Amino acid sequence: MTGINKVFLVAGRELGAFFSTWMGYVICAAALFIDGLLFNAFAIGGGAKFSADVLGDFFYFASGISMVAGVLLAMRLVAEEKQNGTIVLFFTSPISERQLVYGKFLSAALFALVIHALSLYLPALIFINGRVSIGHLASGYLVLMLIGCATISISLFASTISPNQLVAAVTGALLTVTLLVLWMVADIVEPPFKELFGYLSIHNRHFTPFSQGIVNTRDIVYYLSVIVFFLECSVRALEGRRWKG
Amino acid sequence: MIEAVGLSKVYAGHKAISNVSFHIKQGEIVGLLGLNGAGKSTILKILGSFLLPSAGTARVAGFSVDQQPEEIRKLIGYLPDTPPLYDEMGVESYLRYVAKLKNVPSGQVSGRVDQVMRQTDTVRVARMRLGELSHGFRQRVGIAQALVHDPKVIILDEPINGLDPVQIVEMRDLVTSLKGRHTVVLSSHILSEITRTCDRILIVDRGQLVAEGSEAELAGRMAQSMHLHCDVEALTPGLIEAVRSLDGVLDVKTSDVVGKPRLTVTTSADVRSKVAQAVVSSGAGLIGLSRTEAGLEGLFMKLIRQDGGREAGGKP
Repeated sequence: MTGINKVFLVAGRELGAFFSTWMGYVICAAALFIDGLLFNAFAIGGGAKFSADVLGDFFYFASGISMVAGVLLAMRLVAEEKQNGTIVLFFTSPISERQLVYGKFLSAALFALVIHALSLYLPALIFINGRVSIGHLASGYLVLMLIGCATISISLFASTISPNQLVAAVTGALLTVTLLVLWMVADIVEPPFKELFGYLSIHNRHFTPFSQGIVNTRDIVYYLSVIVFFLECSVRALEGRRWKG
Repeated sequence: MIEAVGLSKVYAGHKAISNVSFHIKQGEIVGLLGLNGAGKSTILKILGSFLLPSAGTARVAGFSVDQQPEEIRKLIGYLPDTPPLYDEMGVESYLRYVAKLKNVPSGQVSGRVDQVMRQTDTVRVARMRLGELSHGFRQRVGIAQALVHDPKVIILDEPINGLDPVQIVEMRDLVTSLKGRHTVVLSSHILSEITRTCDRILIVDRGQLVAEGSEAELAGRMAQSMHLHCDVEALTPGLIEAVRSLDGVLDVKTSDVVGKPRLTVTTSADVRSKVAQAVVSSGAGLIGLSRTEAGLEGLFMKLIRQDGGREAGGKP
Protein backbone atom coordinates (compact mmCIF):
# COMPACT_ATOMS: atom_id res chain seq x y z
CA MET A 1 0.00 0.00 0.00
CA THR A 2 1.47 3.35 -1.00
CA GLY A 3 2.01 6.27 1.34
CA ILE A 4 -1.00 8.28 0.26
CA ASN A 5 -3.21 5.18 0.43
CA LYS A 6 -2.24 4.76 4.08
CA VAL A 7 -3.35 8.36 4.68
CA PHE A 8 -6.72 7.54 3.09
CA LEU A 9 -6.93 4.27 5.03
CA VAL A 10 -6.48 6.06 8.36
CA ALA A 11 -8.83 8.87 7.30
CA GLY A 12 -11.50 6.40 6.20
CA ARG A 13 -11.47 4.51 9.49
CA GLU A 14 -11.48 7.72 11.47
CA LEU A 15 -14.33 9.17 9.46
CA GLY A 16 -16.24 5.94 10.03
CA ALA A 17 -15.65 6.39 13.77
CA PHE A 18 -17.19 9.90 13.60
CA PHE A 19 -20.29 8.46 11.99
CA SER A 20 -20.54 5.33 14.14
CA THR A 21 -20.26 7.03 17.54
CA TRP A 22 -22.42 9.65 19.20
CA MET A 23 -19.52 12.10 19.23
CA GLY A 24 -19.72 12.98 15.54
CA TYR A 25 -23.48 13.39 15.54
CA VAL A 26 -23.48 15.50 18.71
CA ILE A 27 -20.82 17.87 17.36
CA CYS A 28 -22.61 18.11 14.01
CA ALA A 29 -26.04 18.69 15.58
CA ALA A 30 -24.72 21.25 18.08
CA ALA A 31 -22.82 23.16 15.38
CA LEU A 32 -25.85 23.29 13.10
CA PHE A 33 -28.20 24.24 15.95
CA ILE A 34 -26.00 27.12 17.14
CA ASP A 35 -25.35 28.18 13.53
CA GLY A 36 -29.11 28.40 12.96
CA LEU A 37 -29.69 30.19 16.22
CA LEU A 38 -27.05 32.84 15.55
CA PHE A 39 -28.17 33.21 11.95
CA ASN A 40 -31.75 33.96 13.03
CA ALA A 41 -30.82 36.13 15.99
CA PHE A 42 -28.04 38.23 14.52
CA ALA A 43 -27.56 37.72 10.79
CA ILE A 44 -31.12 38.13 9.55
CA GLY A 45 -32.38 39.83 12.69
CA GLY A 46 -31.89 43.48 13.72
CA GLY A 47 -33.72 45.32 10.96
CA ALA A 48 -33.28 45.68 7.21
CA LYS A 49 -29.85 44.76 5.81
CA PHE A 50 -28.23 44.19 2.47
CA SER A 51 -27.99 40.53 1.52
CA ALA A 52 -24.20 40.78 1.41
CA ASP A 53 -24.16 42.07 5.01
CA VAL A 54 -26.43 39.24 6.13
CA LEU A 55 -24.06 36.78 4.50
CA GLY A 56 -21.03 38.54 6.01
CA ASP A 57 -22.61 38.35 9.49
CA PHE A 58 -23.43 34.67 8.95
CA PHE A 59 -19.82 33.88 8.08
CA TYR A 60 -18.61 35.86 11.10
CA PHE A 61 -20.69 33.82 13.55
CA ALA A 62 -20.15 30.56 11.65
CA SER A 63 -16.38 31.06 11.93
CA GLY A 64 -16.67 30.83 15.72
CA ILE A 65 -18.70 27.64 15.42
CA SER A 66 -16.18 26.27 12.94
CA MET A 67 -13.33 26.87 15.39
CA VAL A 68 -15.16 25.32 18.35
CA ALA A 69 -16.14 22.32 16.20
CA GLY A 70 -12.52 22.04 15.06
CA VAL A 71 -11.30 21.80 18.65
CA LEU A 72 -13.95 19.21 19.52
CA LEU A 73 -13.36 17.12 16.41
CA ALA A 74 -9.59 17.06 16.82
CA MET A 75 -9.31 16.61 20.58
CA ARG A 76 -9.90 12.86 20.37
CA LEU A 77 -7.85 12.08 17.28
CA VAL A 78 -4.64 10.98 19.01
CA ALA A 79 -5.45 11.41 22.71
CA GLU A 80 -8.22 8.80 22.50
CA GLU A 81 -5.84 6.35 20.85
CA LYS A 82 -3.42 6.89 23.71
CA GLN A 83 -6.15 6.50 26.32
CA ASN A 84 -7.45 3.26 24.76
CA GLY A 85 -4.02 1.84 23.95
CA THR A 86 -4.84 1.58 20.23
CA ILE A 87 -1.94 3.88 19.36
CA VAL A 88 0.30 0.81 19.73
CA LEU A 89 -1.27 -0.57 16.55
CA PHE A 90 0.27 2.30 14.57
CA PHE A 91 3.57 2.21 16.42
CA THR A 92 4.02 -1.45 15.48
CA SER A 93 2.71 -1.21 11.90
CA PRO A 94 4.49 -0.08 8.74
CA ILE A 95 2.94 3.37 8.73
CA SER A 96 4.85 6.58 9.29
CA GLU A 97 3.94 9.20 11.87
CA ARG A 98 3.32 11.62 9.00
CA GLN A 99 0.85 9.28 7.31
CA LEU A 100 -0.94 8.83 10.62
CA VAL A 101 -1.14 12.55 11.38
CA TYR A 102 -2.24 13.57 7.88
CA GLY A 103 -4.82 10.76 7.80
CA LYS A 104 -6.26 11.88 11.12
CA PHE A 105 -6.33 15.48 9.97
CA LEU A 106 -8.03 14.57 6.71
CA SER A 107 -10.81 12.71 8.53
CA ALA A 108 -11.64 15.67 10.77
CA ALA A 109 -11.41 18.09 7.82
CA LEU A 110 -13.85 15.96 5.83
CA PHE A 111 -16.22 15.82 8.77
CA ALA A 112 -16.01 19.61 9.11
CA LEU A 113 -16.82 19.79 5.40
CA VAL A 114 -19.95 17.72 6.03
CA ILE A 115 -21.01 20.09 8.83
CA HIS A 116 -20.49 23.13 6.60
CA ALA A 117 -22.29 21.48 3.70
CA LEU A 118 -25.28 20.81 5.97
CA SER A 119 -25.32 24.49 6.97
CA LEU A 120 -25.70 25.62 3.35
CA TYR A 121 -29.47 25.91 3.76
CA LEU A 122 -28.96 28.93 6.04
CA PRO A 123 -27.36 31.28 3.48
CA ALA A 124 -29.69 29.75 0.89
CA LEU A 125 -32.57 31.30 2.84
CA ILE A 126 -31.22 34.70 1.86
CA PHE A 127 -32.16 33.89 -1.74
CA ILE A 128 -35.84 34.05 -0.74
CA ASN A 129 -35.84 37.80 -0.15
CA GLY A 130 -32.50 38.91 -1.49
CA ARG A 131 -29.65 38.30 -3.91
CA VAL A 132 -26.40 36.68 -3.04
CA SER A 133 -23.28 36.35 -5.15
CA ILE A 134 -22.19 32.75 -5.56
CA GLY A 135 -18.60 34.00 -5.42
CA HIS A 136 -19.26 35.63 -2.04
CA LEU A 137 -20.83 32.41 -0.81
CA ALA A 138 -17.89 30.37 -2.08
CA SER A 139 -15.26 32.66 -0.54
CA GLY A 140 -17.11 32.60 2.79
CA TYR A 141 -17.29 28.83 2.86
CA LEU A 142 -13.65 28.63 1.77
CA VAL A 143 -12.57 30.66 4.80
CA LEU A 144 -14.84 28.65 7.09
CA MET A 145 -13.05 25.53 5.92
CA LEU A 146 -9.62 27.18 6.17
CA ILE A 147 -10.16 28.48 9.68
CA GLY A 148 -11.78 25.18 10.69
CA CYS A 149 -8.86 23.17 9.28
CA ALA A 150 -6.35 25.48 10.97
CA THR A 151 -8.13 24.89 14.30
CA ILE A 152 -8.22 21.14 13.64
CA SER A 153 -4.49 21.18 12.94
CA ILE A 154 -3.77 23.16 16.13
CA SER A 155 -5.99 20.88 18.22
CA LEU A 156 -4.57 17.76 16.60
CA PHE A 157 -1.17 18.90 17.84
CA ALA A 158 -2.71 19.44 21.29
CA SER A 159 -4.20 15.95 21.08
CA THR A 160 -0.79 14.53 20.21
CA ILE A 161 0.95 16.05 23.22
CA SER A 162 -1.90 15.50 25.71
CA PRO A 163 -2.53 12.38 27.77
CA ASN A 164 -6.32 12.49 27.38
CA GLN A 165 -9.11 14.17 25.45
CA LEU A 166 -10.01 16.71 28.12
CA VAL A 167 -6.47 18.04 28.38
CA ALA A 168 -6.29 17.99 24.58
CA ALA A 169 -9.47 20.08 24.30
CA VAL A 170 -8.25 22.62 26.84
CA THR A 171 -4.80 22.84 25.26
CA GLY A 172 -6.26 23.10 21.76
CA ALA A 173 -8.67 25.82 22.86
CA LEU A 174 -5.90 27.74 24.61
CA LEU A 175 -3.64 27.66 21.54
CA THR A 176 -6.51 28.70 19.28
CA VAL A 177 -7.65 31.54 21.55
CA THR A 178 -4.05 32.74 21.80
CA LEU A 179 -3.83 32.98 18.00
CA LEU A 180 -7.32 34.49 17.94
CA VAL A 181 -6.60 37.41 20.29
CA LEU A 182 -3.25 38.28 18.80
CA TRP A 183 -4.91 41.04 16.79
CA MET A 184 -5.85 42.73 20.09
CA VAL A 185 -2.25 42.44 21.23
CA ALA A 186 -1.19 43.89 17.89
CA ASP A 187 -3.28 46.99 18.67
CA ILE A 188 -1.33 47.77 21.83
CA VAL A 189 2.26 46.97 20.87
CA GLU A 190 4.79 48.92 18.84
CA PRO A 191 6.24 47.92 15.47
CA PRO A 192 7.67 45.52 14.42
CA PHE A 193 5.61 43.35 16.81
CA LYS A 194 2.45 45.15 15.76
CA GLU A 195 2.82 43.80 12.21
CA LEU A 196 3.97 40.39 13.37
CA PHE A 197 1.10 39.80 15.82
CA GLY A 198 -1.38 41.23 13.36
CA TYR A 199 -0.18 38.81 10.71
CA LEU A 200 -0.20 35.83 13.06
CA SER A 201 -3.75 36.46 14.27
CA ILE A 202 -5.92 33.64 12.98
CA HIS A 203 -9.15 35.55 12.53
CA ASN A 204 -9.28 39.29 12.12
CA ARG A 205 -6.98 40.33 9.29
CA HIS A 206 -7.10 37.07 7.32
CA PHE A 207 -10.75 36.27 7.81
CA THR A 208 -12.53 39.57 7.08
CA PRO A 209 -11.73 39.85 3.34
CA PHE A 210 -13.11 36.36 2.68
CA SER A 211 -16.31 37.12 4.59
CA GLN A 212 -16.78 40.11 2.27
CA GLY A 213 -16.24 37.97 -0.82
CA ILE A 214 -12.58 38.94 -1.39
CA VAL A 215 -10.10 36.10 -1.81
CA ASN A 216 -6.45 37.00 -1.16
CA THR A 217 -3.75 34.47 -1.97
CA ARG A 218 -1.64 35.67 0.99
CA ASP A 219 -4.49 34.84 3.37
CA ILE A 220 -4.82 31.37 1.87
CA VAL A 221 -1.05 30.97 2.25
CA TYR A 222 -1.33 32.05 5.89
CA TYR A 223 -4.00 29.46 6.71
CA LEU A 224 -2.19 26.72 4.81
CA SER A 225 1.02 27.65 6.67
CA VAL A 226 -0.71 27.33 10.05
CA ILE A 227 -2.19 23.98 9.02
CA VAL A 228 1.10 22.53 7.79
CA PHE A 229 3.10 23.98 10.70
CA PHE A 230 0.95 22.35 13.37
CA LEU A 231 0.64 19.09 11.42
CA GLU A 232 4.42 18.88 11.24
CA CYS A 233 4.63 19.71 14.97
CA SER A 234 2.31 16.74 15.56
CA VAL A 235 4.53 14.52 13.42
CA ARG A 236 7.59 15.57 15.41
CA ALA A 237 5.80 15.07 18.72
CA LEU A 238 4.78 11.54 17.72
CA GLU A 239 8.27 10.71 16.49
CA GLY A 240 9.66 11.94 19.80
CA ARG A 241 7.55 9.52 21.84
CA ARG A 242 10.05 6.71 21.12
CA TRP A 243 12.57 8.43 23.34
CA LYS A 244 10.14 9.15 26.14
CA GLY A 245 8.39 5.80 26.18
CA MET B 1 16.36 -13.78 14.67
CA ILE B 2 16.40 -11.51 17.74
CA GLU B 3 19.48 -10.26 19.50
CA ALA B 4 19.64 -7.91 22.46
CA VAL B 5 22.94 -6.65 23.84
CA GLY B 6 23.21 -4.64 27.06
CA LEU B 7 19.70 -3.19 26.86
CA SER B 8 18.87 -0.57 29.49
CA LYS B 9 15.92 1.77 29.76
CA VAL B 10 15.55 4.62 32.20
CA TYR B 11 12.17 6.29 32.78
CA ALA B 12 12.36 9.57 34.68
CA GLY B 13 15.36 8.46 36.70
CA HIS B 14 13.97 4.96 37.32
CA LYS B 15 15.80 2.07 35.69
CA ALA B 16 13.13 -0.16 34.15
CA ILE B 17 15.67 -2.61 32.72
CA SER B 18 19.39 -2.81 33.12
CA ASN B 19 22.01 -4.47 30.92
CA VAL B 20 19.72 -7.14 29.46
CA SER B 21 21.27 -9.39 26.80
CA PHE B 22 19.82 -12.44 25.08
CA HIS B 23 19.56 -14.21 21.75
CA ILE B 24 16.49 -15.83 20.23
CA LYS B 25 16.73 -18.26 17.32
CA GLN B 26 14.35 -18.40 14.39
CA GLY B 27 11.27 -20.50 15.06
CA GLU B 28 11.73 -20.54 18.83
CA ILE B 29 9.01 -19.77 21.33
CA VAL B 30 10.64 -17.87 24.15
CA GLY B 31 8.95 -16.72 27.33
CA LEU B 32 9.85 -13.73 29.45
CA LEU B 33 9.00 -14.65 33.01
CA GLY B 34 8.90 -12.17 35.82
CA LEU B 35 6.74 -10.54 38.43
CA ASN B 36 4.59 -7.55 37.56
CA GLY B 37 6.84 -4.54 37.04
CA ALA B 38 9.92 -6.68 36.43
CA GLY B 39 10.59 -5.03 33.07
CA LYS B 40 9.09 -7.59 30.67
CA SER B 41 6.87 -5.12 28.82
CA THR B 42 9.74 -2.67 28.46
CA ILE B 43 11.86 -5.35 26.78
CA LEU B 44 8.98 -6.26 24.45
CA LYS B 45 8.34 -2.61 23.56
CA ILE B 46 11.99 -2.19 22.61
CA LEU B 47 11.82 -5.34 20.46
CA GLY B 48 8.63 -3.95 18.93
CA SER B 49 10.70 -0.89 17.96
CA PHE B 50 8.37 1.65 19.52
CA LEU B 51 10.53 2.36 22.51
CA LEU B 52 14.18 3.30 22.25
CA PRO B 53 16.62 1.82 24.74
CA SER B 54 18.60 4.29 26.87
CA ALA B 55 21.64 2.10 26.26
CA GLY B 56 22.45 -1.09 24.40
CA THR B 57 21.25 -2.41 21.08
CA ALA B 58 18.62 -4.81 19.83
CA ARG B 59 18.25 -6.30 16.37
CA VAL B 60 15.26 -8.09 14.92
CA ALA B 61 15.99 -10.12 11.77
CA GLY B 62 19.17 -8.11 11.42
CA PHE B 63 17.44 -4.73 11.62
CA SER B 64 18.35 -2.33 14.39
CA VAL B 65 15.44 -1.14 16.58
CA ASP B 66 16.84 2.38 16.76
CA GLN B 67 18.08 2.73 13.17
CA GLN B 68 15.55 0.74 11.12
CA PRO B 69 12.26 0.65 13.04
CA GLU B 70 10.22 0.88 9.83
CA GLU B 71 11.78 -2.40 8.59
CA ILE B 72 11.05 -4.11 11.88
CA ARG B 73 7.44 -2.94 11.82
CA LYS B 74 6.96 -4.88 8.58
CA LEU B 75 8.19 -8.08 10.20
CA ILE B 76 6.46 -8.13 13.56
CA GLY B 77 3.03 -8.83 14.91
CA TYR B 78 2.51 -7.27 18.31
CA LEU B 79 -0.10 -7.87 20.97
CA PRO B 80 0.22 -5.37 23.82
CA ASP B 81 -1.11 -6.14 27.30
CA THR B 82 -4.38 -4.45 26.27
CA PRO B 83 -5.46 -5.48 22.74
CA PRO B 84 -5.55 -2.41 20.46
CA LEU B 85 -9.20 -2.64 19.43
CA TYR B 86 -11.69 -0.04 18.26
CA ASP B 87 -14.95 -0.78 20.07
CA GLU B 88 -17.15 0.70 17.34
CA MET B 89 -15.73 -1.53 14.61
CA GLY B 90 -16.86 -5.01 13.64
CA VAL B 91 -14.39 -7.87 14.11
CA GLU B 92 -14.00 -8.65 10.42
CA SER B 93 -13.82 -5.03 9.29
CA TYR B 94 -11.23 -4.34 12.00
CA LEU B 95 -9.06 -7.23 10.82
CA ARG B 96 -9.41 -6.08 7.21
CA TYR B 97 -8.31 -2.61 8.30
CA VAL B 98 -5.28 -3.98 10.16
CA ALA B 99 -4.37 -6.21 7.22
CA LYS B 100 -4.27 -3.17 4.92
CA LEU B 101 -2.34 -1.21 7.54
CA LYS B 102 0.21 -4.04 7.65
CA ASN B 103 0.75 -4.07 3.88
CA VAL B 104 -1.17 -7.24 3.04
CA PRO B 105 -1.75 -7.01 -0.74
CA SER B 106 -5.36 -6.05 -1.44
CA GLY B 107 -6.03 -9.31 -3.31
CA GLN B 108 -4.99 -11.35 -0.27
CA VAL B 109 -6.76 -9.38 2.47
CA SER B 110 -9.95 -11.48 2.50
CA GLY B 111 -8.01 -14.74 2.47
CA ARG B 112 -5.72 -13.70 5.31
CA VAL B 113 -8.58 -12.38 7.42
CA ASP B 114 -10.54 -15.61 6.93
CA GLN B 115 -7.49 -17.64 7.84
CA VAL B 116 -6.68 -15.80 11.08
CA MET B 117 -10.32 -15.80 12.12
CA ARG B 118 -10.36 -19.58 11.74
CA GLN B 119 -6.99 -19.85 13.48
CA THR B 120 -8.18 -17.80 16.45
CA ASP B 121 -11.73 -19.22 16.41
CA THR B 122 -13.34 -15.80 15.94
CA VAL B 123 -15.45 -16.68 12.89
CA ARG B 124 -18.62 -16.88 14.99
CA VAL B 125 -18.15 -13.28 16.19
CA ALA B 126 -17.06 -11.88 12.81
CA ARG B 127 -20.09 -9.61 12.51
CA MET B 128 -20.10 -8.43 16.13
CA ARG B 129 -18.75 -5.10 17.26
CA LEU B 130 -15.49 -5.30 19.17
CA GLY B 131 -17.05 -3.44 22.08
CA GLU B 132 -19.60 -6.24 22.51
CA LEU B 133 -17.01 -9.01 22.83
CA SER B 134 -16.07 -10.83 26.02
CA HIS B 135 -12.55 -10.44 27.36
CA GLY B 136 -11.51 -13.80 25.93
CA PHE B 137 -12.69 -12.95 22.44
CA ARG B 138 -11.08 -9.51 22.62
CA GLN B 139 -7.81 -11.24 23.42
CA ARG B 140 -8.30 -13.61 20.47
CA VAL B 141 -8.98 -10.75 18.09
CA GLY B 142 -5.87 -9.09 19.54
CA ILE B 143 -3.88 -12.19 18.57
CA ALA B 144 -5.59 -12.26 15.16
CA GLN B 145 -4.47 -8.71 14.41
CA ALA B 146 -0.92 -9.70 15.34
CA LEU B 147 -1.05 -12.65 12.92
CA VAL B 148 -3.02 -11.20 10.03
CA HIS B 149 0.03 -10.26 7.93
CA ASP B 150 1.79 -13.57 8.64
CA PRO B 151 4.72 -11.89 10.43
CA LYS B 152 8.07 -13.56 10.99
CA VAL B 153 8.20 -12.43 14.61
CA ILE B 154 5.24 -12.38 16.99
CA ILE B 155 5.46 -10.49 20.27
CA LEU B 156 2.76 -11.21 22.83
CA ASP B 157 2.63 -9.22 26.05
CA GLU B 158 0.74 -11.20 28.71
CA PRO B 159 -1.45 -13.04 26.18
CA ILE B 160 -3.31 -15.07 28.82
CA ASN B 161 -3.97 -12.16 31.12
CA GLY B 162 -7.54 -12.30 32.40
CA LEU B 163 -8.51 -15.46 30.52
CA ASP B 164 -10.51 -18.27 32.13
CA PRO B 165 -9.01 -21.79 32.33
CA VAL B 166 -10.64 -22.99 29.08
CA GLN B 167 -9.51 -19.90 27.22
CA ILE B 168 -6.00 -20.34 28.64
CA VAL B 169 -5.82 -23.86 27.21
CA GLU B 170 -7.05 -22.60 23.82
CA MET B 171 -4.58 -19.73 23.87
CA ARG B 172 -1.79 -22.14 24.77
CA ASP B 173 -2.69 -24.39 21.83
CA LEU B 174 -2.79 -21.39 19.53
CA VAL B 175 0.65 -20.17 20.60
CA THR B 176 2.09 -23.66 20.37
CA SER B 177 0.72 -23.97 16.82
CA LEU B 178 2.85 -20.98 15.80
CA LYS B 179 6.08 -22.81 16.61
CA GLY B 180 8.55 -23.28 13.80
CA ARG B 181 6.82 -21.04 11.30
CA HIS B 182 7.09 -17.94 13.48
CA THR B 183 9.49 -16.76 16.14
CA VAL B 184 7.39 -16.01 19.20
CA VAL B 185 8.34 -13.96 22.24
CA LEU B 186 5.74 -13.81 24.98
CA SER B 187 5.69 -12.54 28.50
CA SER B 188 3.84 -13.77 31.54
CA HIS B 189 4.09 -13.72 35.28
CA ILE B 190 2.49 -17.19 35.41
CA LEU B 191 5.25 -19.78 35.54
CA SER B 192 3.13 -22.80 34.58
CA GLU B 193 2.02 -21.14 31.35
CA ILE B 194 5.52 -20.20 30.32
CA THR B 195 6.83 -23.72 30.96
CA ARG B 196 4.01 -25.35 28.98
CA THR B 197 4.29 -23.09 25.96
CA CYS B 198 7.89 -22.03 25.57
CA ASP B 199 11.06 -23.70 24.35
CA ARG B 200 13.17 -21.38 26.41
CA ILE B 201 12.58 -19.13 29.38
CA LEU B 202 14.18 -15.80 30.25
CA ILE B 203 13.64 -14.90 33.89
CA VAL B 204 13.51 -11.16 34.49
CA ASP B 205 13.59 -9.61 37.90
CA ARG B 206 13.82 -5.93 38.78
CA GLY B 207 14.91 -5.07 35.27
CA GLN B 208 17.64 -7.67 35.05
CA LEU B 209 17.87 -10.98 33.28
CA VAL B 210 18.62 -13.34 36.18
CA ALA B 211 18.47 -16.70 34.37
CA GLU B 212 17.77 -18.23 31.00
CA GLY B 213 17.46 -21.68 29.53
CA SER B 214 15.00 -24.45 28.83
CA GLU B 215 12.74 -25.70 31.59
CA ALA B 216 14.98 -28.76 32.03
CA GLU B 217 18.15 -26.67 32.21
CA LEU B 218 16.71 -24.33 34.77
CA ALA B 219 15.22 -27.19 36.81
CA GLY B 220 18.65 -28.86 36.69
CA ARG B 221 20.16 -25.83 38.33
CA MET B 222 17.58 -26.11 41.06
CA ALA B 223 18.26 -29.81 41.59
CA GLN B 224 21.67 -28.87 42.95
CA SER B 225 19.85 -28.13 46.18
CA MET B 226 16.81 -29.88 47.63
CA HIS B 227 14.57 -29.79 50.65
CA LEU B 228 14.01 -32.68 53.08
CA HIS B 229 10.89 -32.64 55.22
CA CYS B 230 11.37 -34.58 58.41
CA ASP B 231 8.34 -35.04 60.70
CA VAL B 232 9.13 -36.04 64.27
CA GLU B 233 7.21 -36.81 67.45
CA ALA B 234 8.97 -34.08 69.47
CA LEU B 235 11.95 -31.80 69.24
CA THR B 236 14.67 -33.11 71.51
CA PRO B 237 17.56 -30.99 72.82
CA GLY B 238 20.46 -30.95 70.39
CA LEU B 239 18.47 -32.41 67.45
CA ILE B 240 18.66 -29.33 65.25
CA GLU B 241 22.37 -28.88 65.95
CA ALA B 242 22.99 -32.56 65.19
CA VAL B 243 21.24 -32.34 61.83
CA ARG B 244 22.87 -29.05 60.98
CA SER B 245 26.32 -30.53 61.61
CA LEU B 246 25.82 -33.24 58.98
CA ASP B 247 27.84 -33.00 55.75
CA GLY B 248 25.79 -31.54 52.90
CA VAL B 249 23.23 -29.80 55.13
CA LEU B 250 22.93 -26.12 54.33
CA ASP B 251 20.12 -25.01 56.58
CA VAL B 252 17.53 -26.34 59.04
CA LYS B 253 14.22 -24.72 59.82
CA THR B 254 11.41 -25.86 62.10
CA SER B 255 7.68 -25.54 61.72
CA ASP B 256 4.54 -27.12 63.08
CA VAL B 257 2.44 -29.46 60.92
CA VAL B 258 -0.81 -30.78 62.40
CA GLY B 259 0.55 -30.49 65.91
CA LYS B 260 3.84 -32.25 65.17
CA PRO B 261 7.21 -30.59 64.65
CA ARG B 262 8.66 -30.60 61.14
CA LEU B 263 12.28 -30.00 60.23
CA THR B 264 12.81 -28.55 56.78
CA VAL B 265 16.39 -29.32 55.83
CA THR B 266 18.01 -27.65 52.86
CA THR B 267 20.80 -29.80 51.48
CA SER B 268 23.28 -29.87 48.65
CA ALA B 269 23.08 -33.68 48.34
CA ASP B 270 20.75 -36.54 49.18
CA VAL B 271 21.48 -37.04 52.92
CA ARG B 272 18.17 -38.64 53.90
CA SER B 273 19.75 -41.69 55.57
CA LYS B 274 22.09 -39.52 57.67
CA VAL B 275 19.21 -37.26 58.73
CA ALA B 276 17.07 -40.29 59.64
CA GLN B 277 19.93 -41.72 61.67
CA ALA B 278 20.44 -38.43 63.52
CA VAL B 279 16.74 -38.16 64.34
CA VAL B 280 16.48 -41.76 65.56
CA SER B 281 19.69 -41.38 67.62
CA SER B 282 18.35 -38.27 69.33
CA GLY B 283 15.17 -40.09 70.36
CA ALA B 284 12.92 -37.53 68.64
CA GLY B 285 10.76 -40.27 67.08
CA LEU B 286 10.83 -40.30 63.31
CA ILE B 287 7.36 -40.15 61.76
CA GLY B 288 8.28 -39.48 58.13
CA LEU B 289 10.99 -38.24 55.85
CA SER B 290 10.45 -36.96 52.33
CA ARG B 291 12.39 -35.12 49.69
CA THR B 292 11.00 -32.29 47.59
CA GLU B 293 12.55 -30.69 44.59
CA ALA B 294 11.32 -27.18 44.33
CA GLY B 295 11.77 -27.27 40.54
CA LEU B 296 11.47 -24.21 38.38
CA GLU B 297 9.15 -22.43 40.76
CA GLY B 298 11.76 -22.86 43.47
CA LEU B 299 14.45 -21.50 41.19
CA PHE B 300 12.27 -18.57 40.25
CA MET B 301 11.63 -17.71 43.88
CA LYS B 302 15.25 -18.33 44.79
CA LEU B 303 16.54 -16.06 42.07
CA ILE B 304 14.15 -13.32 43.05
CA ARG B 305 15.03 -13.65 46.74
CA GLN B 306 18.73 -13.63 45.91
CA ASP B 307 18.22 -10.52 43.87
CA GLY B 308 16.29 -8.92 46.68
CA GLY B 309 19.09 -9.74 49.07
CA ARG B 310 21.63 -8.30 46.71
CA GLU B 311 19.65 -5.11 46.35
CA ALA B 312 19.11 -4.88 50.10
CA GLY B 313 22.75 -5.62 50.80
CA GLY B 314 23.87 -3.16 48.23
CA LYS B 315 26.24 -5.68 46.65
CA PRO B 316 26.91 -5.60 42.91
